[in-house]
Amino acid sequence: MNALEIEGLEKVYANGTRALHGIDLVVESGDFFALLGPNGAGKSTTIGIISSLVRKTAGTIRVFGHDLTRQWFEARLSLGIVPQEINFSQFETGLEIVVNQAGYYGLRRRLAMERAEKYLGLLGLWERRNDPSRTLSGGYKRRLMIARALMHEPRLLILDEPTAGVDVELRRSMWTFLQDINRGGTTIVLTTHYLEEAESLCRHLAIIDEGRIIERTSIKKLLATLPTETFVLDLDATLDTLPDLPHYALRLRDPSTLEVEMTRGQDMNDLFVRLTQSNVRIRSMRNKSNRLEELFLRLVNRNPELTNDNGQA
Amino acid sequence: MDRREVLLVAFATIVRKEVTRFVRIWPQTILPPAVSMTLYFVIFGNLIGARVGQMGGFSYIDFIAPGLIMMSVMNNAYANVVSSFFGAKFQHHIEEMLVAPMPNWVILAGYVTGGVLRGLAVGIVVTVIAMFFTQLRVSSAAAVAGILMLTTVLFSLGGLVNAIYAKKFDDISIIPTFVLTPLIYLGGVFYSIDLLPRLWRAVSYANPIVYMVDTFRFGLLGAAHVHVGTAFAVVSLFVLALGAYALWLLENGTGIKS
Repeated sequence: MNALEIEGLEKVYANGTRALHGIDLVVESGDFFALLGPNGAGKSTTIGIISSLVRKTAGTIRVFGHDLTRQWFEARLSLGIVPQEINFSQFETGLEIVVNQAGYYGLRRRLAMERAEKYLGLLGLWERRNDPSRTLSGGYKRRLMIARALMHEPRLLILDEPTAGVDVELRRSMWTFLQDINRGGTTIVLTTHYLEEAESLCRHLAIIDEGRIIERTSIKKLLATLPTETFVLDLDATLDTLPDLPHYALRLRDPSTLEVEMTRGQDMNDLFVRLTQSNVRIRSMRNKSNRLEELFLRLVNRNPELTNDNGQA
Repeated sequence: MDRREVLLVAFATIVRKEVTRFVRIWPQTILPPAVSMTLYFVIFGNLIGARVGQMGGFSYIDFIAPGLIMMSVMNNAYANVVSSFFGAKFQHHIEEMLVAPMPNWVILAGYVTGGVLRGLAVGIVVTVIAMFFTQLRVSSAAAVAGILMLTTVLFSLGGLVNAIYAKKFDDISIIPTFVLTPLIYLGGVFYSIDLLPRLWRAVSYANPIVYMVDTFRFGLLGAAHVHVGTAFAVVSLFVLALGAYALWLLENGTGIKS
């Protein structure tokens, strides 16, 4: 069974802005799915409609086969939402926030307390459960929103940029947590601007641009279509001129940094052998940009040079 | 999961949250009406009231006591819902309820119950204070209970509608200041509408607060200007109309969905 089925979803806002142009999308049960797109592409509108916070203009949405309009009770029971913006009471404690949320899904107090201990504990929030939420740091607030969304143990968890603005260490720990949740059977749909995050976590993706789905495939298949990949090589010593390697597209970024564009089929070992023969020693190597990011930018017709080395578009 | 149980637990959760909120901030919710009503009783009841003499066949302080209790109940039922619901909108945590599997009528019922409970809690506090100044007795418990319930529900609904339309904090004080306060003061709290010229007496009957104050006064003192049955019918009509309107606004997503 599919976790999420979207057919012909359209949204026209009151000011006449057409945010979605008949989106069709299927997310299979158990998948870890990325919904990517540039700012203003329609990701948050799509999630808003799935969350029942934005009214659709046309189309249907089914969550595990339940129509979100006609069988909203069953559909919403299966759904957990982690929104992009912090949206809990600043005056309540973390414990109150998650226990109340459980109550809105019909969980009685005792069960809600057990779940609160479980999820606040797993996300490292249990020690601070009685602190007013406004006193928590940005990272704690993000984790609190994830804990809140998991209280009723939804079968489909939708996260709208869950790691925006959190430090690298916390982001990595959240990745591990989400992978564990997914392995436990929860389908996850994720939107993110960190394409490295989507590449590391997700199996399938859809790219939305200007309110239309322009790609829907597996990440492996998409990456396999990348014709070239650019690597940055940090050199042991400085170079004045490029080494003479006829089959490789080399560029000297600065005297101690070399860039090489590898096409599919070219052998990295061969490159290293030839560089060694030319007395060029490599200290370290990295991708110039994230592979998924390169593809993403090609698909949405953006200039790859506008991206930075952290994989952020 | 059984739908009825989910809705019941969800309703109880909203009510618990609302009660916790107004109890936690009791210096803002319970204490101010206690202080202001004490001043009303001292100044209007004791000091000025002693010179006024009889009003509607009762000593002035006895006459105004039911109106003052009702005024506190109305203001607090309204204030609880308008501030809580607008706060939830402003901080976006209303979304916690909108994504959950509960219909809008449960949200409506939860907030209104919160307003009713604060109105009644403040009503009890003010009644206790009133007993230091006047000897209150209950003439008709059914009238007292019935009109209190309808009044708190009506004002809670009013607070909800105000909060739904409000876009900024100023918007939640405009209606109480420029609409409710004049209606309450002109609703027979401090004077008998029999004192008014015929025209203004007729105009007063268009003010629903007259029916609430008068019926509550009947419940305590046993005397009324308006027929009790008519009063209940008028107030019930307002409750039904405003309840239907509030629910329609929630179903439409006015002010809370884009």
